Amino acid sequence: MGALNILVAVCLTYVALLFLVAFMAERAALRGRATWLRSPLVYTLSLSIYCTAWTFYGAVGNAARSGLEFLTIYIGPTLVMIGWWWGLRKLVRVGRTQRITSIADLISSRYGKSPLLAVFVTLIAVIGTTPYIALQLQSVTLSFASFAKVDPQAMQFADSEATALWVAGGLAVFTILFGTRNLDANERHHGVVMAIAVEAVVKLCALVAVGVFVVWGLGGGVSETLARIDASDIGTWQVDNGRWVAMTMLSAAAFLTLPRMFQVLVVENEDERHLRTASWAFPTYLMIMSLFVVPIAVVGLDIMPEGANPDQFVLTVPLSQGQQGLAMLSFLGGFSSATSMVIVAAIALSTMVSNHIVMPIWLRIAQGGAVISGDVRHVVLLARRLSIGGVLALGYLYYRFSGGGAALTSIGLISFSGVAQFLPALMGAIFWRGSNHTGAVAGLLIGFLIWVYSMLLPSFGPGVFLSAEVLEHGLWGLSWLKPQALFGIEGIDPVVHTVLWSMSLNAGAFVLFSIISFPQPLERLQGAQFVNVFQHSGNPQGWSGGVAQAEDLMVMAQRILGPVETQTLFQKAALEQGLVGFLPEPTPDFLQRLERELAGSVGAATAHAMVSQIMGRATVSVEDLLAVADETAQMMEYSSQLEAKSAELSRTARQLRAANEKLTKLSVQKDAFLSQISHELRTPMTSIRSFSEILRDTEELSPADLEKYADIIHQEAIRLTRLLDDLLDLSVLENGQVNLNIRQGVLQDLITHAIASTGAESSGLNIHRSGISTDILMETDLDRLAQVFINLIANAQKYCDADQPELTIQVTERDNYLIVDFIDNGSGIPAQAQDMVFEKFSRVSDRQAGGAGLGLAICREIMARLGGSIAYLPGQGGAAFRVSLPIKMKMAAQ
Amino acid sequence: MSREQSPLFLERRSYRVHRAMDAAKLMPFLGAVLWAVPVLWSGSGENQVPTSRAILYIFLIWAALAAVTLFLTFWLDENVDSDRKEGP
Repeated sequence: MGALNILVAVCLTYVALLFLVAFMAERAALRGRATWLRSPLVYTLSLSIYCTAWTFYGAVGNAARSGLEFLTIYIGPTLVMIGWWWGLRKLVRVGRTQRITSIADLISSRYGKSPLLAVFVTLIAVIGTTPYIALQLQSVTLSFASFAKVDPQAMQFADSEATALWVAGGLAVFTILFGTRNLDANERHHGVVMAIAVEAVVKLCALVAVGVFVVWGLGGGVSETLARIDASDIGTWQVDNGRWVAMTMLSAAAFLTLPRMFQVLVVENEDERHLRTASWAFPTYLMIMSLFVVPIAVVGLDIMPEGANPDQFVLTVPLSQGQQGLAMLSFLGGFSSATSMVIVAAIALSTMVSNHIVMPIWLRIAQGGAVISGDVRHVVLLARRLSIGGVLALGYLYYRFSGGGAALTSIGLISFSGVAQFLPALMGAIFWRGSNHTGAVAGLLIGFLIWVYSMLLPSFGPGVFLSAEVLEHGLWGLSWLKPQALFGIEGIDPVVHTVLWSMSLNAGAFVLFSIISFPQPLERLQGAQFVNVFQHSGNPQGWSGGVAQAEDLMVMAQRILGPVETQTLFQKAALEQGLVGFLPEPTPDFLQRLERELAGSVGAATAHAMVSQIMGRATVSVEDLLAVADETAQMMEYSSQLEAKSAELSRTARQLRAANEKLTKLSVQKDAFLSQISHELRTPMTSIRSFSEILRDTEELSPADLEKYADIIHQEAIRLTRLLDDLLDLSVLENGQVNLNIRQGVLQDLITHAIASTGAESSGLNIHRSGISTDILMETDLDRLAQVFINLIANAQKYCDADQPELTIQVTERDNYLIVDFIDNGSGIPAQAQDMVFEKFSRVSDRQAGGAGLGLAICREIMARLGGSIAYLPGQGGAAFRVSLPIKMKMAAQ
Repeated sequence: MSREQSPLFLERRSYRVHRAMDAAKLMPFLGAVLWAVPVLWSGSGENQVPTSRAILYIFLIWAALAAVTLFLTFWLDENVDSDRKEGP
């Protein structure tokens, strides 16, 4: 058994432990007992994914090569964090109020919910993050190789490509398991956040342990170590001024714009107040992380042989001193840094790719756009899983092609400079109302092109993407197009060069094009909401309501959010508007809320597109325009109040009209009822009278005729009695004089009995039963409940107009209600008749099916007496009725 | 007397909170200025700064900035924003 085998075992145990932590956190979150998950400490620790393997290994390497320059990478984020009141607080508030799911979502959402920008930002993010993921793979393989050197038996790890492949595969599996378990409307991942918080502690402990060992174990104390530092090659301050400033700015920018940092900073933020703690705790974390870097580098340079890779000092210094245990801890620290970064980066990128690239394409390809049928949640999840795999595969390929040879720091800086291109658009988004879509696109495009040309492509070395000729003399021999000396200015450090040109031209183009172009109304609107987020926490509206089909919205939302969540959302909204049932008025507020909910699953741009497909188009109301255009706050306030009042009035008027319409209908119905009831009573009466006259007046009737006439009289009398029974029943129920006969019984038996007594199955109606199948014991008036079921089944039998009629009976339990849905596959009940079906003598169709139109009215009264309710459930593809019973009527089957 | 003093007390408190907000906004600039000082150190010749002193300088600033930020978080209160609208 070599050290390496133990290492692999420790590694696997550690991963298993992380699984456990993630799993427990997820379960605790599901049960709502996760208050400790939401502590500011966990938030602060989760930010530490900023410290990747680059920090853990690369910082020491960087310090050994160029002294204190490595500190810039931590000073930048520290400046951002201590300035939280200024920038981060606003970013987090915007992210929370707008339900932002990624940085691409934020930028596209701010600039008019533009799909083009979303796609563009996503692409830059993927390209920019790829080198970073490759860096993590490289550092893990290097650390394996460091162990392999002292354990000659284990040569299999000398094959670094195979190791990298294994690591990439393992990380993909972990990320898929925990990053895409569910589609949370807020895109929060409790399990993953908890796991990375644990990893943050591990890497801090590991680095501090190695530092303490180096300072007190090898260096001989603080003052001796300081003296040793001054005596070393990096004993004096030699940092290039340009690099010091440029890299501090770069790391500050990257801290805000790296997709994974945006994910933990903004998207996973549970509570704005956590930022308050993180503002001082995270800089402290960074300080401790970098405290021992120089001592380790100096001691490493001293005691390690010439030519040893300084990137590996954290590991090789303890190893060379025979400290296997410490080396193991240090390895776990590095492993933690690499894995946590890759996991969060893959989640963030997969969210962006699936929301902004895959879903829009899929929705376009699937004919009919937002109104096609079927649940799309599985498509979203599949897209995310595939994207995670794709992102890791790209990282692995970069690792293979870049040859895995470069120092860790230089790879990291490529990524930083790439994602820093988002900064002008991001800052403009939250601080400058005048910034617009054209400016953002222009700035991003220019910055991205300069970054690719001057940094990314040359990083592969001459001859891979750019020939040595181009690197030496510029594109097409134009000397001002030399990749690393643009515009003829030679002799700048390559990193400073790229940062200088890309950021200044990016910001310049952003400002210039914002100034000379003209924004769309939606951009102005979003601009006001983003920039003045603290003033307008109540949001201006983007929708003018009243014309949308609430039922269509429900059909669409069910596919994205799932039926249970959608029905709850709609029901709650309807309740808040003082309506019963599942269809709220499509008020601007409600549409806004629905769009946000959808945005949590598919991104703002797609959600907006889907809602507008149903609404016709997004309209910006006078109120919104006033909010945007008018700079005087009072004027704006006053007008928008007026607007709000007039909207309120027109809504009330609409509701009054609806009520009036219903009253008119009821009155018409009452007249119809009187004529109906006279007719219904008269028909049997007439035949009874005429046949009894025959019996009385005709002599010498044959016995056969006699029996026939008597039979007719009998049947008509029965029909008459049944009609009167129904009427009586209804009036008793309505007056509340009914006596309930409470007994115990099993719900499933009751349904079976109801099906049997309608004879539905022999009449060609196909009945499916789904949902809870175990016996549910209940205590209620079983006969009355059976009467409701029989009525609903009989209705499906009578009125379902499908060629092959089917009825689904689904039993579910939710929010302390037992719910039985009866859904058939016919054409359903037309919208204008839906609110009348439960009224007396209302008949939906003219099809004579023999009923007097009392059945559903009786059902409604029975359910009210039993403490439950019956409602028509729209948007299910056919006629659907929902019977709900409070759970206290049900007892768990013992 | 006490009836007149209590609004004064509130006024003073909201005034303090607003100055704390100003301080919080200035923090990153203070940090940037202090950390830009090393740019002035000469990298060659007689007066080179030893790395140990550079480390002490940079980390002391680090600790001080974190401490001040921690101190400010006790003062900062977002709800005071609503008071400001009423005041001058």
